[in-house]
Amino acid sequence: MSTRLQKGGRLIDRSTRAEFTFNGRRLIGHAGDTLASALLANDQMLVGRSFKYHRPRGIVAAGPEEPNALVNLGRADRLEPNQRATTTELYAGLEAASQNHWPSLDFDIGVVNNYLARFLPAGFYYKTFIHPRAAWKHLFEPIIRQSAGLGSAPKETDADRYEFVYAFCDVLIIGGGIAGLQAALTAGQAGKRVILLEQTAHWGGRAVVDGDTVENESAEEWVTSAVDALKTMENVTLRNRCMGAGVYDHGYVLANERLADHTPGDGRPKQRVWRIRAGHIISATGAIERPLSFAGNDIPGVMLAASVRDYVVNYAVSPGDRTVVVTNNDDAYLTAITLVEAGLSVPVVLDARAQADGPLPSRARALGIRVETGRGIASVKGGKRVTGVQICLQAGEGAVMEEIACDAVAMSGGWSPVVHLWSHCGGKLIWSETLSAFVPDSARPPLNHDGSAMVSCVGAAAGVYDPADIIAGTDSDGAATAIVPVWMMPQGAPIGLRSKMWLDYQNDVKVSDVQLAAREGYESVEHTKRYTTLGMATDQGKLSNINGLAVLSQALGAEIPQVGTTTFRPPYTPVTIGALAGEARGEIFQPLRRTPMHDWHDQNGAYWEPVGLWRRPYCYPRAGETHDQAVQREVINTREKLGLLDASTLGKIIVKGPDAGRFLDMLYTNMMSNLAVGKCRYGLMCNEQGFLSDDGVVARIDEDTWLCHTTSGGADRIHGWMEDWLQCEWWDWKVYTANVTEQYAQVAVVGPNARKLLEKIGGMDVSKEALPFMQWADGSLGGFPVRVYRISFSGELSYEIAIPASHGAAFWDMLHREGAEFGAMPYGTECLHVLRAEKGFIMIGDETDGTVTPLDLGLGWAVSKKKADFLGKRGMERTYLADPERWKLVGLETLDGSVLSDGAYAVAPGTNENGQRNTEGRVTSTYYSPTLKKGIAMGLIKNGPDRMGEVVELNKVDGGTVKARIVDAVFFDKEGEKGNA
Amino acid sequence: MLTLQCPYCGVQADETELSPGYEAHLKRFGPGSTPEEFESYMFARKNPKGVHFERWRHAYGCGKWFLAARDTNTLEVFGTYPAQSSAPPADLIAKIKQKRPDWEGYK
Repeated sequence: MSTRLQKGGRLIDRSTRAEFTFNGRRLIGHAGDTLASALLANDQMLVGRSFKYHRPRGIVAAGPEEPNALVNLGRADRLEPNQRATTTELYAGLEAASQNHWPSLDFDIGVVNNYLARFLPAGFYYKTFIHPRAAWKHLFEPIIRQSAGLGSAPKETDADRYEFVYAFCDVLIIGGGIAGLQAALTAGQAGKRVILLEQTAHWGGRAVVDGDTVENESAEEWVTSAVDALKTMENVTLRNRCMGAGVYDHGYVLANERLADHTPGDGRPKQRVWRIRAGHIISATGAIERPLSFAGNDIPGVMLAASVRDYVVNYAVSPGDRTVVVTNNDDAYLTAITLVEAGLSVPVVLDARAQADGPLPSRARALGIRVETGRGIASVKGGKRVTGVQICLQAGEGAVMEEIACDAVAMSGGWSPVVHLWSHCGGKLIWSETLSAFVPDSARPPLNHDGSAMVSCVGAAAGVYDPADIIAGTDSDGAATAIVPVWMMPQGAPIGLRSKMWLDYQNDVKVSDVQLAAREGYESVEHTKRYTTLGMATDQGKLSNINGLAVLSQALGAEIPQVGTTTFRPPYTPVTIGALAGEARGEIFQPLRRTPMHDWHDQNGAYWEPVGLWRRPYCYPRAGETHDQAVQREVINTREKLGLLDASTLGKIIVKGPDAGRFLDMLYTNMMSNLAVGKCRYGLMCNEQGFLSDDGVVARIDEDTWLCHTTSGGADRIHGWMEDWLQCEWWDWKVYTANVTEQYAQVAVVGPNARKLLEKIGGMDVSKEALPFMQWADGSLGGFPVRVYRISFSGELSYEIAIPASHGAAFWDMLHREGAEFGAMPYGTECLHVLRAEKGFIMIGDETDGTVTPLDLGLGWAVSKKKADFLGKRGMERTYLADPERWKLVGLETLDGSVLSDGAYAVAPGTNENGQRNTEGRVTSTYYSPTLKKGIAMGLIKNGPDRMGEVVELNKVDGGTVKARIVDAVFFDKEGEKGNA
Repeated sequence: MLTLQCPYCGVQADETELSPGYEAHLKRFGPGSTPEEFESYMFARKNPKGVHFERWRHAYGCGKWFLAARDTNTLEVFGTYPAQSSAPPADLIAKIKQKRPDWEGYK
């Protein structure tokens, strides 16, 4: 059994008791424990079930590479699935539950899959769930969804908050072992701005656990003085509990700091994402020990050798009373020595190598530990816990020579440098025969913006393990790391053993699965990964990848470097979405643009509609009114009396200069240079392909100044478009542009009573004679400085009044106060849409979708034939745009008066090559017209203008079709008398 | 997350301050051009693996468009220069040639 030892534990505080629960059971740990060490101290080795076969799973590792010990942590609004017990710091009150089992961890029905394993090989899903097609949706998928999956997703809104921080440095060092600390000392003493990150709560990495000697001191002392020295340097920032997640272009690094994971609810942000721009990145990320592939290597109690050491030294936890050590290198002997020195039993060290004469094996033998070379494990005995091992010759086929009882196995297949950060941005790897591992190829680093190496690796991440080498910056590549690669134990294992050798513990991928994939023709490591799901679990193959691709290379008869690795992608370990969202949630998810009248709308019951980043009132429902009823009331009131619209979001761009007229003639399809001062003209803008991009009214302000109105959503885009042409194409033209959209509030005063209201307020002549349709004038109204445009998007008598934004709210208030006697009411965007649709006015984004030309919309009158050039002119000349069969704008009137569905298609006889019904047009705008008391619509219909009076059929959302007659798109006041009044 | 130095304001700008504008030094073909010429201008954009000239705008900075020479494979930036240029500056060409001897050259 696993238990807490009487003495030791460099990280735990035995004077404290932290009570926690696992699957509802109350357990006790100490401050300084991880959840994993506390579970082991309570003899809870079994922590979960595997993904596919639901086999019992125990703790394998002590760090972020852990594939098995994933738990649901916390509950309700603090529930987090798939948290690794090995990196979760214990705190009093912690609640954890195991995952992927039903009905219970100890008794799991899904384990039946285990006995069906030979019928569930690699690619099982691809092979099985193909036929019949219908079965996937109704049978296979529901069952798989029920039985698959790891943790359960939280259902409540996250109670925690998260934040971002931006940082800049000359040197960013990731990894706080002795290699990282030494790099930080060197850079810090050279006066560089340094940030040093360590993913755990503690500095020193492996050296302090393994009791190394560094510069004639114990590693513990060396690390303490190094950290103290770094803390005194103002140019050095130290951050522990901070994981370097990803390296991106030009020295950009994301790191995730776990601020309050171990103190939930203390008011601090739970996590903080660091966005760091570094001049140079040093990866001191260490190495991860590899498992060995022997039968039963997934039975709870089989652990990585160095992790066993971690539990004994750091937490005074013994994973077992009798631990068999199995290895292909010297390092694992330190585990045997550590266990024996802690008073535990090591019945045997099984070394796959023919010889083991290094200092550590010698020390082990001197302690009286039995060492067997050339031996391996034929099979591990046990179900939910190891009960013993069968010993065999490594060179043989697994004939059992001896059986030894034990309750734990410590395995070491060698070490793989953590090359993730080196590789994220394209750093290349080379295979080291000496280390049997991929190491960074320093000749082919990822590059910075100036072509220099962006990342370098030090210490174990570079394949340098000796502390003396790490401090001196040398690489003796010596006998201390002597290793014989062992990819299968024993080397001649028959299929019965190979199908019990786990590579990927979480996803249940075995040696036999990878070999099967190779036999079925999967030669690429990337394809094999996806076919077998090797390395696709939440640990992303930290333990399994090298073993898996070694097995693949053997099966293919190729060298490991030729088979290559899968791609390393950020993040190094998972980062919760909440942390990536940071503060950007709820009210401050994105910036909100408010007009000067925003608060008035809010106080007067506006129902909001997002328009880009703006919020605009959709309508102003009164008590008991539906939105539809409110819109109809607003339409009728505006047509019969007086409507007030907050049009402040309308884009307003000043274009000024000696060449401004010439420039606008290029920008608009029609002529703007000949517009008289004081007058307004509606204009269209196209992109170079000849498709409509924006529209609006242009006013000539003075001899060399024009004011261009754009759509609400288009202001920034059109301003950028203008600058693009001025800066990149016609840079010798003397034109200045300014986007003054937010400088002005704009109010549309609309309806038969519009003039009466402005005359009552007084201050300037707004009569038909002084200010006719499509003219503007500066003046004052009720004491406010105003510019009044006689333009109309409703067909009504209409004044659009621009005032400095700071006066907007007061002016709006006054209009309502003084307009009450004329029936003034505010109206929203939906009323605006109905009014314009009744008049057949197009809306960019409704009638246009980036494939519609002005000619398609019957706007040929606004496309100049005189101008030699304008943006889009050549594009419109393309032959297929002149096709008479193109869909063109018409009005549509249902025969039964109903309202057509938005986006409905006009159906045509026959079907296309995909068996879909042919179409001959579509609805672009459709509304109920309160004015005409029936449904009205605009649509693009094949050759529409030549088919007036014809009846077409349009589909309905709920099936069936409805008949509509093709009519003129102007439904109301065709002569335009009202607007000209 | 590229950084590019804006040649106008001198800022080493982060990608989030910039907006991309596709290939640099396009020759505009307007009315009167042949279908082939118009196609070359409108649609036939270069997409090399290696040295490439691009338009960028310092959109959330000084607002200026500028041009950049960059290796699309290694992301090395050879230099940036004003948009008011009909062709890459000679010293920039020389610098790229020195760093990429196999480069076929501009155009």
